[in-house]
Amino acid sequence: MTTATATPAPAERADTARRAGIRRLRPRHNPWRHSWFLEGFTWLYLIWSLVPVGIAVLFSFNNGQSQSIWQGFSWRWYFADPVNSVLHDPNLHAAVIQTVRLAVYVTLITVPLGVAFALGINRWRSYTSATANFAMILSFVIPELIFGVASFFVFTALFTTVGLGTLAETLSLVTWNLSWPAIIVQARLVTIGKQYEEAAADLGATHMQVMRRVMLPLLTPAVFASAVLVFSSVIDDFVLVDLLNSNSGNTPMSVYIYAQQKGGNGRPALNALGTIMLVMSLVIVIIGYIGYRWMTRGERGERGGQVEALATIAGSD
Amino acid sequence: MAAQQTRLPRPGLARPGRPKEPHRLFWVALAAPGIIWLLVLFIVPFYTMIAIAAGYVNPVFGYPVAVWNPLNWSSANLSAAWRDLVGASAFVGPIIIRTLIYVAVASLLALLIAYPTAYFVARFAGRRKGLFLVLLIAPFWISYMMRMLAWVGLLQNDGYVNKALGVAGLGPFNWLSGLPMTVILGLVYGYIPYLILVLYAGLDRIDPALIEAGRDLGLGRIRTFLRVTLPMSRQAILTGMLITVLPMLGDYYTNQLLSGTTGTTMLGNVINNQLSTPGLQGEGAVISLFFLLALIIPMIYYVVRTSRTSREAM
Repeated sequence: MTTATATPAPAERADTARRAGIRRLRPRHNPWRHSWFLEGFTWLYLIWSLVPVGIAVLFSFNNGQSQSIWQGFSWRWYFADPVNSVLHDPNLHAAVIQTVRLAVYVTLITVPLGVAFALGINRWRSYTSATANFAMILSFVIPELIFGVASFFVFTALFTTVGLGTLAETLSLVTWNLSWPAIIVQARLVTIGKQYEEAAADLGATHMQVMRRVMLPLLTPAVFASAVLVFSSVIDDFVLVDLLNSNSGNTPMSVYIYAQQKGGNGRPALNALGTIMLVMSLVIVIIGYIGYRWMTRGERGERGGQVEALATIAGSD
Repeated sequence: MAAQQTRLPRPGLARPGRPKEPHRLFWVALAAPGIIWLLVLFIVPFYTMIAIAAGYVNPVFGYPVAVWNPLNWSSANLSAAWRDLVGASAFVGPIIIRTLIYVAVASLLALLIAYPTAYFVARFAGRRKGLFLVLLIAPFWISYMMRMLAWVGLLQNDGYVNKALGVAGLGPFNWLSGLPMTVILGLVYGYIPYLILVLYAGLDRIDPALIEAGRDLGLGRIRTFLRVTLPMSRQAILTGMLITVLPMLGDYYTNQLLSGTTGTTMLGNVINNQLSTPGLQGEGAVISLFFLLALIIPMIYYVVRTSRTSREAM
């Protein structure tokens, strides 16, 4: 009986033996033997990481004031309540609009700026470009609070015509997110190499033609991925907009949730706001994932492509 | 037309013969808007912060006055900050120590949870790798505030955590009444996704043949891990810890939502409070600068490493 369990099925054994390069392999020595302990650990982590958010989403549908006691399903915090729902409360309403507005403005400015910056820096090798690249990567790692404090001072003490508000939020968020397109496009330029560009130039294309006809089509997936990243990180941003908002007209969702919950004014309508943020992010990311896969179709194997697309969309490439 | 003609004839010799200047100018023009943007909205803000820190506070209205010329810099804010940091009425000193303890414990806990998870997905997930990656990446797309809100709900006195513990005969606990443990767990929960992804990327890059070699040469499972996998993932651990620790140090919202008492105040709260208090903004600038100076070495290390990796890839 023990031999029956200890000896794997012939096909399976042949497979493991082939992989390890050894003919007769005892299961104990198989380096690829599945670790059930680690798998259990991973699932526990995932439950810990995701189930609380699921419960918070659930409570946005709570038919009562509590964020912790379930009182039945309702849409009251989204639109059914004539006063306190996201649809009818002017402050909740304004927060949603401000978040969307910032995300659109910032994406529209950041992506072209960052793509041009990446192309220029990548090809123009000099002391200036190296310094600029250094500053760009520095903006990627600097704690957001410090950059937020610096931005707060620049708009209250130097560029006082800008002041605090939507414009200051937009300008700082562009600076803060500029590194996404810059880093992703530079990484893509490395994978493309220089040969297409040189071939086009040798065939007589001008710089503008090389850019428009050769480089931009090749860079489209990277540009698209960075747009998705910028958009969704603006939706989720908190520190910069917390320091740079000036009134309820330019307070986005994250800041509104924080201020209300901290002020002891927690209610399921905040969960509803958080759920709206979550759905917005998820829709953008799913569009991003599908779009990225479609644009890079045929470039690599099925499995690798899936993981690669995920990594790019998560900005961890 | 004429310009194109000169380029066409002999492809092999085209490159050395091509005029360099217009080429260069084209790239300079492309990079210029981004460089100017970074200069005006990234470098200038930091100089403004220095000018405010080295300036003085308007005695009547309490707003900070920037002093732009280094020759006229004053030490008023600096000495005020110094008094709060190490002087007799120093309240910032103990807060810094508390921040360091919280962040150290939180980042180590995060590493202990993140490493096995990343290791499992990188080595054993096999065909389910895509699924696991989606689940690991998911927290990125959920706003930080929503994730904290989730715990605020669960940790209420009548929340599900206390209910679950009540079944086992424990509690109820006042989780949200200023427990350091709640804040530390909040930090772990908040920043662990970044760490896991960096670790995963590092572990996934290790050539499986090296692990097989370790096993073939007679090492056991644990010794293979200690001698092969762990040393090869050291870089990923370092980078991952860096990108978890840096934002944790500047965090001022996690403790506000999960505790809200002065007993769990962190450095970020000090800076944030000073920024919104008239008369203390100059001092806030000084403390932010100290904070930046303390972090500059790990940050530059990260930047140098990142740019070296990307240069090697070229």
